[in-house]
Amino acid sequence: MTDFTLQQIIYALVLGARWTVLLSLSAFILGGILGLVLMLGTISQRKWVKLPALGFIWLVQATPLLMQLFLIFFGPALFGKDVPAWMAACIALTLWSSAYLAEIWRGSVLAVQKGQTEAALSLAMLRGQALRYVVLPQAVRMALPPTAGFMVQIVKSTALASIVGFTELMKTGNILSNVTLDPFVVYGLVAIVYFCLCYPLSLVSRKMETVFDVTR
Amino acid sequence: MSLVKIEGLCKSFGGLEVLRDISLDVERGEVIALIGKSGSGKSTFLRCINGLEQMNSGTIHVDAEPVEADERKLQKLRLKVGMIFQQFNLFPHLTALDNTALALRVVKNMSAAEARAVGLARLEKVGLGHRADSRPHQLSGGQQQRVAIARALAMDPVVLLCDEVTSALDPELVEEVLQVIRRLAEEGMTVIMVTHEMSFARSVCSRVVFMHEGRLHEMGHPEEVFGNPKTPELRQFLGQTASAATAE
Repeated sequence: MTDFTLQQIIYALVLGARWTVLLSLSAFILGGILGLVLMLGTISQRKWVKLPALGFIWLVQATPLLMQLFLIFFGPALFGKDVPAWMAACIALTLWSSAYLAEIWRGSVLAVQKGQTEAALSLAMLRGQALRYVVLPQAVRMALPPTAGFMVQIVKSTALASIVGFTELMKTGNILSNVTLDPFVVYGLVAIVYFCLCYPLSLVSRKMETVFDVTR
Repeated sequence: MSLVKIEGLCKSFGGLEVLRDISLDVERGEVIALIGKSGSGKSTFLRCINGLEQMNSGTIHVDAEPVEADERKLQKLRLKVGMIFQQFNLFPHLTALDNTALALRVVKNMSAAEARAVGLARLEKVGLGHRADSRPHQLSGGQQQRVAIARALAMDPVVLLCDEVTSALDPELVEEVLQVIRRLAEEGMTVIMVTHEMSFARSVCSRVVFMHEGRLHEMGHPEEVFGNPKTPELRQFLGQTASAATAE
């Protein structure tokens, strides 16, 4: 057995954490873009836009993320196409977070009182203008705290990518644990790194709840 | 042609008939009070006039502009119709001035400076020029409703719809809002208002319309309607509001 110093373990974990951060960020940004489109779809007046958007959200929320990840990782192999682990993880997490973000944001839009839209329409604004200038600015304030809160979920969910062999923080931990035979120390350190990534996000979320007081 | 022309208006929610064959002509400069029990269809009637509720049948024209389902056509109509709500519905994320200026910029494509100038002029008209930079939550209910009036006036409507505009106000704040509307009426603004302020209806309105079970049950000059009600339903309604007023 090779002997690893504590510094070496921490160093390796931090290197692995870079991929966790990168995966989280891309899932959040890409998922956010797709989530915005989905959210706009769900509040559309047209049924053929609204129903597919709602259906997608429902499908994603009603199945485990791990299953979605397997489907994307192993599915294309049936057709002779190989999907690299990082890409499968990125696609799965993007689709998954888009559904949840769309649902969070849809809730915020619906929480803006109907009278606001009516007032805007009465001032001869079109529906799109009412949404853009009156409803969304108010919805964003309400959506920020739960959105920051959901980022914590994304960071923690990236751990699943380790199962398809993507060497992020968790997978790095697995490998180190196997070679050092000291799982308690290694996973303890993994937990600390996850905590350091997530706790600030929770704090930001909680802080925003008071700063963006919805009643103001 | 009348400024507002309503013919054969019918509206139901599901199986519930809310408005039954309503026809009404409103001339320029008239101030109409819609009175009646809650659930008699007054608010729905008002909301049909600017297309917030879709009618099932009938026609509505405002200044020759028809109410239609098409969004662009509705926009043209709504440019002529201002509406003020019971709950004010000010935009909470904007200052009083930006509340009045937003639609000018977005809908009428005015420059920011132009829109602010018009908005400020309307705020001054309702006596709130000095509160231009206040957010709605910093204003009293009466002030908020006056900002809402200024916001509607900024669009230069030809008719103003008022949906129980004083019902959400503390009693001591009602008068300041009624005063603004009274002044608008004196200046010749056409107003259709749903109201429970009977003395205001009596002193300011040119015509009072009593609605009962979705129909225009009785209408006429205020002296006539209040002084000599012809139908038993109106007599009963007026008796109830009178006893409610004395009970207070």
